[in-house]
Amino acid sequence: MKSALLRYLPLLLLAIAWELVSRLGLVSSSALPPLSDVLKSWYELLLDGDLTGNGFASLYRGGMGLLLAVVVGAALGIAMAWWKPANVLFAPIVEIFYPLPKSALIPVTVIWLGFGNGSKILLIFLGCMIPVTIGAFNGARSSEQTLVWSARSMGASRLRMLWDVVLPSAMPELLNGIRTALALSFILLVSSELIVAREGLGYLIGFLGANGSYDAMYAVVLTVAFLGFAADRGYQMFMNWMLQWREQTQ
Amino acid sequence: MSNGQPQIVIDKVSHMYRPPRGKPVLALDDVSLQVGTREFLALLGPSGCGKSTLLYLLGGFLPIEKGAITVDSKPVAAPGPDRGIVFQHFALFPWKTVRDNILYGLERQSMPKDERLARAQSFIDLVGLSGFEDSFPSQLSGGMKQRTALARTLAFDPKILLMDEPFGALDAQTRHLMQGELLNIWQRTPKTVIFVTHDVQEAVYLADRVAVMTARPGRIKTIVDTKFDKNDPGIFKTKVFVDKVDELWGLVRDEAIKAERRKV
Repeated sequence: MKSALLRYLPLLLLAIAWELVSRLGLVSSSALPPLSDVLKSWYELLLDGDLTGNGFASLYRGGMGLLLAVVVGAALGIAMAWWKPANVLFAPIVEIFYPLPKSALIPVTVIWLGFGNGSKILLIFLGCMIPVTIGAFNGARSSEQTLVWSARSMGASRLRMLWDVVLPSAMPELLNGIRTALALSFILLVSSELIVAREGLGYLIGFLGANGSYDAMYAVVLTVAFLGFAADRGYQMFMNWMLQWREQTQ
Repeated sequence: MSNGQPQIVIDKVSHMYRPPRGKPVLALDDVSLQVGTREFLALLGPSGCGKSTLLYLLGGFLPIEKGAITVDSKPVAAPGPDRGIVFQHFALFPWKTVRDNILYGLERQSMPKDERLARAQSFIDLVGLSGFEDSFPSQLSGGMKQRTALARTLAFDPKILLMDEPFGALDAQTRHLMQGELLNIWQRTPKTVIFVTHDVQEAVYLADRVAVMTARPGRIKTIVDTKFDKNDPGIFKTKVFVDKVDELWGLVRDEAIKAERRKV
């Protein structure tokens, strides 16, 4: 606990520096309002319900997009590793899609599905699916031959073997792919909401900024940053729990 | 011990090993072999002679391209729970505990849950792993891992036990202990065993018959009878045993030298 406090001490120093440079007038308070004002605005946004309403809208989109990406991406990656036709069909598509900046798809998904939830979920799904697919593919390919054979000789069907052996073998790499996807989902969520949306945290940042409510805008930016951090930390704990079987000392 | 048609008939089997890169190699050349019910047969040969390949063909893990293999007069087409296998590197599911590893084969059969648990526990006790039921493989020593693998395979009660250098990754003392335990278990629950090894003494000690294989391409060079009173603790020092080891070592030696030269 003490070491954790010590670890985040630089953040406290940063917060103090932020407050000071703004209070002492070293930077204009519209470019960087004092942290205390930002926190006050945050509290007001919370009381108004602006933060929770837009927050839930964003979390719903991010969560749905990510969930779809994980389910479809994992299935696709494993299918590509274990079934040649799937590999022949999808490998070139994944390769082309991989380096594409996914934010370029924002207008495309809007044309397809409009300004609401659908376009955001589709965007996050498409963008996040790639790292999940690649993780599942690499993990599934590395599953040990003798484990597969053992399961088969104990009476597991081919499909059963994919579920019982290949999926858990792929799990370490799959979980890493999902972690990348989680970070990507926040990027895609906020940028798509900034550009075209009527609600959501990204929309709120854009709206408040355009109206000159900079303390409130900073308050939402900090909220997004904290949500991203908390999601990654929570996910890391989940990952450690999932992989507790891995090499450990007696 | 066997009567009528032998349980396992390997008839003129050849196999090409095709590495992902490089040219194909003839791994097995025209191998024929018969094994009776409840017989303990060792496949002895230098490394790379194709003895493991023959075991994998028998397990149904590799396609039989030339020749035929039948088990109880039925051709081998796929892996199945009538043929259990134990690998050199254990092949335990690392994400499952000792108990869950042993339960895996039982879960594939229609057996009530409490019966499954009781059966798993009895095999955990049999191989001396009581107290380690909830450990993951990564927490076990090599010998304990192989005990778990052995219990996992014995638990679902295959008629035939395929063993691919099962004690090859263990230290000398553990290996010796495990050999004794395997014999003990085999005498209590008789099964047909095909045991791949390159250790002459291990083959003579464990097996009823030893099939000696040539260096690549693998052929059956000769088959030697090695029945002894396995319960005699001083067997290693008896003249018949020592002579048998010498005889087999003489047969394997030339092949080992050939195999060794090829590596250079």
